[in-house]
Amino acid sequence: MTARMDARFAKVKAEGRPVLVTYFMGGDPDFDTSLGIMKALPESGADIIELGMPFSDPMADGPTIQLAGQRALKGGQTLAKTLEMARKFRETDADTPIVMMGYYNPIYIYGVDKFLDDAIASGIDGLIVVDLPPEMDDELCIPALEKGINFIRLATPTTDDKRLPAVLKNTSGFVYYVSMNGITGAALPDPARISGAVSRIKGHTDLPVCVGFGVKTADHAKAIGAAADGVVVGTAIVAQIAGSLTKDGAAGPDTIASVATLVKGLATGVRAARLVAAE
Amino acid sequence: MNETPKPNSFRSGPDEDGRFGIFGGRFVAETLMPLILDLQGEWEKAKDDPVFQKELADLGTHYIGRPSPLYFAERLTEHLGGAKIYFKREELNHTGSHKINNCIGQILLAKRMGKTRIIAETGAGQHGVASATVAARFGFPCVVYMGATDVERQAPNVFRMKLLGAEVIPVTAGHGTLKDAMNEALRDWVTNVDDTYYLIGTAAGPHPYPEMVRDFQAVIGKEAREQILEAEGKLPDVVIAAVGGGSNAIGIFHPFLDDEGVQIVGVEAGGRGLDGVEHCASITAGSPGVLHGNRTYLLQDNDGQILEGHSISAGLDYPGIGPEHSWLNDIGRAEYVPIMDHEALDAFQLLTKLEGIIPALEPSHAIAEVIKRAPKMGKDQIILMNLSGRGDKDIFTVGKILGMGL
Repeated sequence: MTARMDARFAKVKAEGRPVLVTYFMGGDPDFDTSLGIMKALPESGADIIELGMPFSDPMADGPTIQLAGQRALKGGQTLAKTLEMARKFRETDADTPIVMMGYYNPIYIYGVDKFLDDAIASGIDGLIVVDLPPEMDDELCIPALEKGINFIRLATPTTDDKRLPAVLKNTSGFVYYVSMNGITGAALPDPARISGAVSRIKGHTDLPVCVGFGVKTADHAKAIGAAADGVVVGTAIVAQIAGSLTKDGAAGPDTIASVATLVKGLATGVRAARLVAAE
Repeated sequence: MNETPKPNSFRSGPDEDGRFGIFGGRFVAETLMPLILDLQGEWEKAKDDPVFQKELADLGTHYIGRPSPLYFAERLTEHLGGAKIYFKREELNHTGSHKINNCIGQILLAKRMGKTRIIAETGAGQHGVASATVAARFGFPCVVYMGATDVERQAPNVFRMKLLGAEVIPVTAGHGTLKDAMNEALRDWVTNVDDTYYLIGTAAGPHPYPEMVRDFQAVIGKEAREQILEAEGKLPDVVIAAVGGGSNAIGIFHPFLDDEGVQIVGVEAGGRGLDGVEHCASITAGSPGVLHGNRTYLLQDNDGQILEGHSISAGLDYPGIGPEHSWLNDIGRAEYVPIMDHEALDAFQLLTKLEGIIPALEPSHAIAEVIKRAPKMGKDQIILMNLSGRGDKDIFTVGKILGMGL
């Protein structure tokens, strides 16, 4: 686990609340606006940033994130530029952990070793690569761990007790529990079931468990946060960005500000979460 | 028997992780991993189960119409003046293409696994029709994802699928072709993991699909090998097939891979030429990458974004290829060549007029390669080509290009 990730989880734990993990797509709708959004996230109360790497064929994402990726690619985003975005962010924020999230092919084409070196130099703390299950750990997970970058794995409702140890074996940083089967952006599942699933995972690991898929509002964040170590919000933020754009898909006057407002609300939600848990 | 063991057999892949050399593998979201492991387990049991094999063979004989004939194309041979040309007549199968061989096999697996809903992707619609057909035959609801562009250019097949009771969902993402349909089918599967069986139509995707689809299609090559030995008393000099994802090609190639003297040629869609991006020649003009669950040759830019490609034939309009073909290419056992849209169109017309067979645009690419090679070969030499589908679905596309009023 990188020092930054450790420190952040320790700090938030001391505050007695779950972490807020926020996802956005790097380069959506353009590099400068996207960097502005990235900087606004921690200022608005996000604890960890998931920086999306656009891919032409995002097979596990719903329409909202698919479209964001298309906007970013149309705006000229590449993996090299996404790394550059992280580097620029690090000029003013040395503490907020950054997890890059996406699909394997752009990394494979960039070159795994070169990518990991550049990621470390850009201040990246972790990777979530959707299409690399434990069976494919030799590709990127093991090389990343050897270089000191967390490899964060998704666990899903189909990950049963038999499979969980294999999934957790080389996972570090935190476990991202995808609270339902399906693509990103679908409906919110039942908090009681999530609580059960989080307990089940915690029976196998000491890592923090963050829950995502379907969290849209402060109330959702509060309900999910009561059951988990962290709440991941992605599609709601990306949808907020999409809704703020002009007709031709360019940044609107309040694109960054409206994302900040949304994240502030979510941050209020996670800060109220433990009060629910205590009831 | 003085057969010596062949430690270097070309037919023993993939390894237990689903790899053919560096190609293949299981590059899927965690949600799907338990499903493809279950599928692999069930497939391994079924392979050795005589009951399964008997049911498969019976349906092959009485439902598909196997064995398909091996036909000596006398007039085409005479016209080209070189090698003797034989067609493996997969277009005479029920539903009009080789696709049904795989669909029958997989629907039996779906039944064994207790699944209750079938999803499929389709390009030309041949796999969609074959999936809808077996779903009707076995009483499953069936959803077929098809690119919006393909829905338009393969309208007769869309109508057939609907008649068979399938729901056809047009996919508008990207260029609206096979790649986009496959993305959408994967999204459906990842959402409906409990009851849904994903019936992949080509020898690509995560392990075990490339191996399993190949094994269901290898009946083509097994029959053809026996038939040509019967007809000519010797093996062919060249085996040729068109390659999109590559299931008809691997099906006819595989039983010949260890026959040293048999040259293996896969024909890729050269589209409007290899200079730009308007083609689908993944091996000839692409590079290795990871998409749709496997590592294989892909059309991609230098950022690893997948390109759309183009082919006159919806069935070949895919920016990747099955992983076993990538491996066969890299080890030098098979050769892959491009054929342009216009060459395929000429071949389509020539075969129609000389042999009275209207081929699909996909095997028309293979015919165009036969037309190039046969005249350069001796009259005692033999070309075996997989005539993988019939062209009824393509007559409107071809008619429009040729400016014929229909």
